[in-house]
Amino acid sequence: MKLSLGPIQYYWPRGEVLAFYETVAQSPVDIVYLGEAVCSRRHEVRLSDWLDIAAVLREAGKEVVLSTQVLIESGADVTVLHKICANGTYLVEANDIGAVHCLEGKVPFVAGPHLNIYNLPTLQWMAALGLHRWVMPLEMGRDELALLLAGCPAGLPTEVFAYGRMPLAFSARCFTARHCNLPKDDCQFKCIEHPDGLLMRTRESEEFLVLNGIQTQSARVHNLLPELPALRAMGVDVVRISPQSEHTLRIIDLFQDVMQGRTDAALANTELLGLMVEKPCNGYWYGKPGLEQVTELDECGVL
Amino acid sequence: MELVCPAGSLPALKAAVDNGADCVYLGFRDATNARNFAGLNFDEAAIEAGIRYAHDRHRKVFVALNTYPQAAKAELWQRAVDRAAHSGVDAVILADPGMMAYAVKHQPQLRLHLSVQGSATNYEALDFYYQHFGIARAVLPRVLSLTQVAQVIDKTPVEIEVFGFGSLCVMVEGRCALSSYATGEAPNTNGVCSPPKAVRWVETPQGRESRLNGVLIDRYAPGENAGYPTLCKGRFDVGNEKNYYAIEEPTSLNTLSLLPELMKIGVRAIKIEGRQRSPAYVAQVTKVWRAAIDSCRANPQHYNAKPAWFSELDKVAEGQQHTLGAYHRPWK
Repeated sequence: MKLSLGPIQYYWPRGEVLAFYETVAQSPVDIVYLGEAVCSRRHEVRLSDWLDIAAVLREAGKEVVLSTQVLIESGADVTVLHKICANGTYLVEANDIGAVHCLEGKVPFVAGPHLNIYNLPTLQWMAALGLHRWVMPLEMGRDELALLLAGCPAGLPTEVFAYGRMPLAFSARCFTARHCNLPKDDCQFKCIEHPDGLLMRTRESEEFLVLNGIQTQSARVHNLLPELPALRAMGVDVVRISPQSEHTLRIIDLFQDVMQGRTDAALANTELLGLMVEKPCNGYWYGKPGLEQVTELDECGVL
Repeated sequence: MELVCPAGSLPALKAAVDNGADCVYLGFRDATNARNFAGLNFDEAAIEAGIRYAHDRHRKVFVALNTYPQAAKAELWQRAVDRAAHSGVDAVILADPGMMAYAVKHQPQLRLHLSVQGSATNYEALDFYYQHFGIARAVLPRVLSLTQVAQVIDKTPVEIEVFGFGSLCVMVEGRCALSSYATGEAPNTNGVCSPPKAVRWVETPQGRESRLNGVLIDRYAPGENAGYPTLCKGRFDVGNEKNYYAIEEPTSLNTLSLLPELMKIGVRAIKIEGRQRSPAYVAQVTKVWRAAIDSCRANPQHYNAKPAWFSELDKVAEGQQHTLGAYHRPWK
């Protein structure tokens, strides 16, 4: 089983992004997804910079994948999409069907988590277009995944989002700009002030969602580290960690240690809980509301 | 320009047809469509009667099969495609590529529309569905500005249908899992958003509370109008800003005033949202939109959306207010 690092969902200053990937190059992660997947207005790191970062990571032995923007609205968005798909060197993660159209039949590509592959006929049909790998939808649970894995075309690797705040929704509206009473077209790039997004609480102060520009995330941190042995046994090939502003390298190490059998999953999880930006959750994995945290005891029915 | 109206029941279908809908869309009574609510939708007998009623009056019927087949029971969705084809509907509205591949192979005569749940917001995505499955029409998500809609129409051979009126999804349809995060059920997987069975109303000393699977969505002061707790339309706290609509107000989309532009850029159909609403709603909204489209078609240069139309529609609108949504850039 391999370890991947998803694209940065937030808007970090250029220097921090560059420094982050310098350390990632030295980390044990196998696959790195790069690029701006959320908002076309973010420009601290441009496509040419991403390609420079990609070269360094590839030199360090990583499989580099360029992620496309999830919501493509303007002609300019399509132009950037074309450039990414025609890069000629690196794999591309298609996060929109438009991206699939630019890649199919030309180069192998990764089907990202937002392509809505929920069933076997669709997975098999997409595989024939030239899939290199596919990522399970966030909402999918282990029982459904098992059914897909049972009929998954031979040799097609499966990736699961295993750690991080989940990107749950995308909009034309920018909720960060709205919070600051700014129009989206003059957002003053307020996202840069929130390296882990902007927490939205219910009126009884429960941490519920996170506003990240046009994206809405779970406040809780989806965490499948304790499930790694089960994921491996099912035949999952890659598990994905989504970057957070601090401790990401340590989180990578913890996952790697458990995957290599160097650390007990329960022990690693205890440390991991202290590194999270918010409480954990894993409900989706058990076919329950995503925000719930199911423990092994619940699973045994011994509450 | 066709007027496409919702029907959650046979009486609603008749109300739509009687009040001037060109097309009516409906769903089967199961998880294959995005308004999978108890007491709603059509069984075989109702579909048959509905199609006869519409076809006798030269109107069309579309069947929405626009959720994503779940792994354990993909056959349910495939059977729904066959049922729709055999019942003689004029088109099916699909979102899932596997379903489209099935339809093309097994029901090649069936006209395919891409559902808004297919999240196609750009011409490359539309081209994909057109080349592989020959889709005749696509419903655009409610995220594009008017200029962006025009740009898409310029570059695609696919007919474009847009939402004209009804409850407003502020998220890209087909890419929103907020409801399943809170309740376990969402549009993609179960055909519901903020499902009624997860809703609880609680009277407290601080006011009336609406909760979704226990999560506090809103709290209303005495005398304040309480709306259905769709989770993106509640009031929340962000930073120092307390108790505000952090994502979206309870409001309806209403594009009556944009009709001349929508016609001019080549929009082929206007969709009215609301299969979960009453026959009275369908009648009211259909009647106003029929009048507006006819008026605009007769004299686009001098078209003026009448104040009476707005007041009629605001009566049935979510939150009793309306917006141009993403068509109008400042909304974003």
